[in-house]
Amino acid sequence: MTVMERVHTATPMQRRAGLAVAAVAWWVLYAVNLPFWDWLLGDVAGLDLSTRLGSGIHFFLYDTTKILLLLTGIIFVVTVLRSFMSVERTRAILGGKRAGVGNVVAASLGVVTPFCSCSAVPAFIGFVAAGVPVGVTMSFLIASPLVNEVAIALLLGLFGWGPTLLYVAAGLVIAVVAGFVIGRLRPETWVEPFVFETTLGGEAVDPGYALTWNDRIQMGLEEVRDILKKIWPYLLVGIGIGAAIHGWAPERWFADHAGADNLLAVPLAVLLGVPLYSNAAGILPMVEALSDKGLPIGTLLAFMMATVALSLPETILLRRVLKPRLIAIFIAVVTVGIIAVGYLFNAVLPA
Amino acid sequence: MHIKILGPGCANCATLERVTREAAGALGLDATFEKVTDYGAIAGYGVMRTPGLVVDEKLLMSGRVPTAATVKEMLAPLA
Repeated sequence: MTVMERVHTATPMQRRAGLAVAAVAWWVLYAVNLPFWDWLLGDVAGLDLSTRLGSGIHFFLYDTTKILLLLTGIIFVVTVLRSFMSVERTRAILGGKRAGVGNVVAASLGVVTPFCSCSAVPAFIGFVAAGVPVGVTMSFLIASPLVNEVAIALLLGLFGWGPTLLYVAAGLVIAVVAGFVIGRLRPETWVEPFVFETTLGGEAVDPGYALTWNDRIQMGLEEVRDILKKIWPYLLVGIGIGAAIHGWAPERWFADHAGADNLLAVPLAVLLGVPLYSNAAGILPMVEALSDKGLPIGTLLAFMMATVALSLPETILLRRVLKPRLIAIFIAVVTVGIIAVGYLFNAVLPA
Repeated sequence: MHIKILGPGCANCATLERVTREAAGALGLDATFEKVTDYGAIAGYGVMRTPGLVVDEKLLMSGRVPTAATVKEMLAPLA
C-alpha cells in the first residue's frame, strides 16, 4: 500500500498519530541539522570550516537540508490551510465588489486561494464573465504569484518574521495599486471579446466543500511532492551559487558596488530577475548569501519579486485573453511597483 | 458514458486522463474520452482551475488530480 492510499483510508486515530510522528520527526531533523554537519565535516572528515572551501561545502550541505525541510513543512501546512479556500469561493466573494475595496479584497484572496499560474486564463475568464471588474481580477492575478508560498517559506526560515511580513505587505500593496490603476484606465476594450461572450454553464463544483481531513492531508503531501519535483534542480543550482558567493566573494564587494547609495542597483536587480522565472527556490539561497555580504534588503526583495511576478510563460498565456496593450500596461505597472518597493525598503532598512 | 478531460494540455491534464482511464478500466465501464482544450469551453463548465473532469456533461471535479481510487469512487455510482 502506498503512502497516499494509507492516508486515504486512515482512521482519525491513525491520522492524528501520523501527523504527530511527522511533526516530531521534522522538528528533530531541523534541530540536529547544524550540529550534524559541524560534526560530520569538522570532526569526522577533518575539514577546516573557516577556510573558503570548508565553509562553502558546509553552507551547501547545511542549506540544502534546511531548505528542503522548510519547504516540506511550510508547503504542507499552507496547502492544508488553503484547501478550505477555493477559486470558486473567491469569485463569489468578489462578485459584488467595486474597484477600491474590491482590489484590496482580491489581492488578499490572491494570497490565500490555492492557485497556479497555469490556471490564470480560465480563472480570468471565470471572474470577468461573472461580472468581476477587470482591474479587481488583475489584483487577484498579480497577488497570487507575487506572494508565493515557496518564497514565504524560505524568507521565514532564512530571514525571520520581519522581512517575511514586509514581503507579504509589499506584494499586497503592489497588487492593490496595480489592479486599481489598471481598472481606472478602462481596460475592458483591451480584453479579447470572447471573454465577455462566454456564458458560464453548469454548476460550479466547489472543491473546498466536500473534502475530508484525509483528503486535505493527501493534497498537502501531493503538493509537497509536485513542488519539490519541479524545483529541485533550481534549488541545487541556487544553493551552489549561494555557497560560492558565501565562500569566495570578497567581503565588501557587493556592498560597495550595489549598496543603497547606488541608485541603479534596484532597477538593475529587477531587470536581472525577469528572465529567471519561477525559481524563488533557486533565488533565495543566493539572496541569503548576498544579504550576508551586505547587500540591502530592498534591492534583494526587488530582485526576488521580479523573478516570481514578471514571468514570460505566464505573460504568453495571458495573451489568449488580453490584448498586447493591456499586457504591456500590466508589466509596466508591476515593474514600477517592484522598483518602488525596492527603494522604499532600502531607505527604511539600511543593510 | 462520455468522459471529458478539461485542460489546455498541461501535465496535470495528462495525469488526470491516465488515472480516469485506469479507473474506468477497473470498473469495466464502456466510456468514450474527449479532451477539451478551448479556454472558452472550459470556463463554460464553470471550471476555474484546471484540470477538470466532466462525465455526461456534468462537472465532477476540478482543480486537482485525484488518485485512481478517488476517481473510481466518483464514477462507480454513475455506471
